[in-house]
Amino acid sequence: MLAAALGLGVLLAGFLLRLNALAVVAVAAVAAGLGAGMAPLAIVDAIGHAWNANRAVSVSYVVLPVIGLVERAGLRQRAAGLVAGLRGLTVGRLLIAYLALRQTSAAIGLDAIAGPAQTVRPLLAPMAEAAARADDPAARAEVRALAQATDSVGRFFGEDIFIAMSSVLLILGVLKGFGIAAEPLSVSVWAIPTAVAAFAIHGFRLWRFDRRSARP
Amino acid sequence: MIEQGLLFVLAGAVFLAFAAVAAVDRRYGAALFWGLIALGFLAGDRLGDRANGVLALTLAVLAGSGALRRSLAGPTDDASALGAVGEPSLPSPAHPTQPAARPPSPAAGESARSVPPGPAVAGWRLFGPVLIVPAVTLIGTLVFKRLRWGDAPLVAPAQETLVALGLAAVTALAAALCWLRARPVVAARAGEGIMDAVGWAAALPQWLAALGAVLALAGVGRAIGDALGPLLPEGARLAAVLVFGLGMALLTVAFGNAFAAFPVMMAAVGYPFLIVRLGGDPAVIGAVGMLCGFCGTLVTPMAANFNIVPAALLDLPRYAVIRAQWPTAVPLLAVNLAILYAAAFR
Repeated sequence: MLAAALGLGVLLAGFLLRLNALAVVAVAAVAAGLGAGMAPLAIVDAIGHAWNANRAVSVSYVVLPVIGLVERAGLRQRAAGLVAGLRGLTVGRLLIAYLALRQTSAAIGLDAIAGPAQTVRPLLAPMAEAAARADDPAARAEVRALAQATDSVGRFFGEDIFIAMSSVLLILGVLKGFGIAAEPLSVSVWAIPTAVAAFAIHGFRLWRFDRRSARP
Repeated sequence: MIEQGLLFVLAGAVFLAFAAVAAVDRRYGAALFWGLIALGFLAGDRLGDRANGVLALTLAVLAGSGALRRSLAGPTDDASALGAVGEPSLPSPAHPTQPAARPPSPAAGESARSVPPGPAVAGWRLFGPVLIVPAVTLIGTLVFKRLRWGDAPLVAPAQETLVALGLAAVTALAAALCWLRARPVVAARAGEGIMDAVGWAAALPQWLAALGAVLALAGVGRAIGDALGPLLPEGARLAAVLVFGLGMALLTVAFGNAFAAFPVMMAAVGYPFLIVRLGGDPAVIGAVGMLCGFCGTLVTPMAANFNIVPAALLDLPRYAVIRAQWPTAVPLLAVNLAILYAAAFR
């Protein structure tokens, strides 16, 4: 209980004081470990072990050299130009189409083909900004944030439909731990209602964004 | 058998190139930061837990001491504070001070760095490399599953996507270098420009995983689960569904990861109350419970790789992505709770 209070307390305090998040997370980890009575070196070992075991979360940066290269050659301007020529294309329509594409591709196990570094920054965000046809920096920023939000919503609420997705495997593993044998398909099929709801809710917000922008 | 280790070598090489670029620019804090990440990728398995732990802690100290000052300089959050503090120890002639509010297009901010914008001739070909990344990842993932080398699969099972991503990055880079007739050093510099905008947040997702591991060892999840159990009145279906679903979302907000919250909430409420006492359907409870957690992921800065790093990549204030996501996350959580209540006890 002390460990929980210390760890979560440090996180909350650091968040409220707007301290450097990386340092706050490190202090929280050490505080929680000490609160649980772990030896300092054991905490360092635990951090190091998890750090090394989770290297896969940091690999998407390998695409940055190629993305940076084509961006310098004017990719973002090209992507924007592609959209500027299409008169009927709005932010909402573009992002609704992307949402559908992202959800369906994640649902067949292709959750890693798109993402913030691979597709949102070089392609989707500049296209959405161009579709917004706005000059105000705040309005453009809102559109970029909405593009990123659409990518995450599409991914999160599509991937669980795929039976071999790691989250489905985790659910099955935990249930098995309680002695319950569940079929992968019976779990993944129950991700479908939420996927439909996610498309409806986020799609409705995107549609409303267009309505709001169209008003003078 | 090809394993994800190959991709880690590639990632290590990329970060080493970033470190070299930063060192040439005399941004030594950033150079050390990227260099240490590279070391973790290249030699992580040989370093041992203790050295990896020291490496991770050093990164946190570097970040906390402001060694990468440009990091996360969104227009409203840090940039103004940064301007007020001034630029203390590490000014570098090669790296002109950033304007307080960066222009909306990051490309404009980078133009100061010597590389001429590519020839307009490149035109539509520019899309090639960017589309190669998802295309090769997709094809690689599908093909690698079928390829075998002797008796064993050619690529380690469950690592196909990572290996394919590495292949995709290399293919796309080679294509871009050819089409644009650019030297590799230009790509390293361009990539580092983006990496620099992400800054210390680059190490945050991996650090959060480490935090989750320590919290698990410290028994934090169990403590929270034990605290929630007594809240449940006997046989109250709605209360149990609410505590389970909202608990999944809140615990995910705290941990930044639904995978860490799920076993805790299942052990605390899902299994003993919803499944055993109330006879709920395990498949529904597991699937929709996890999705309640995903709603939490959309609103927490702890899920740095989905919410904070992209904000930096898109030159947005730190919480702009979360602000764009909560209006979807909250009603969707309500829908999930309704599905749990209606479908788990048919």
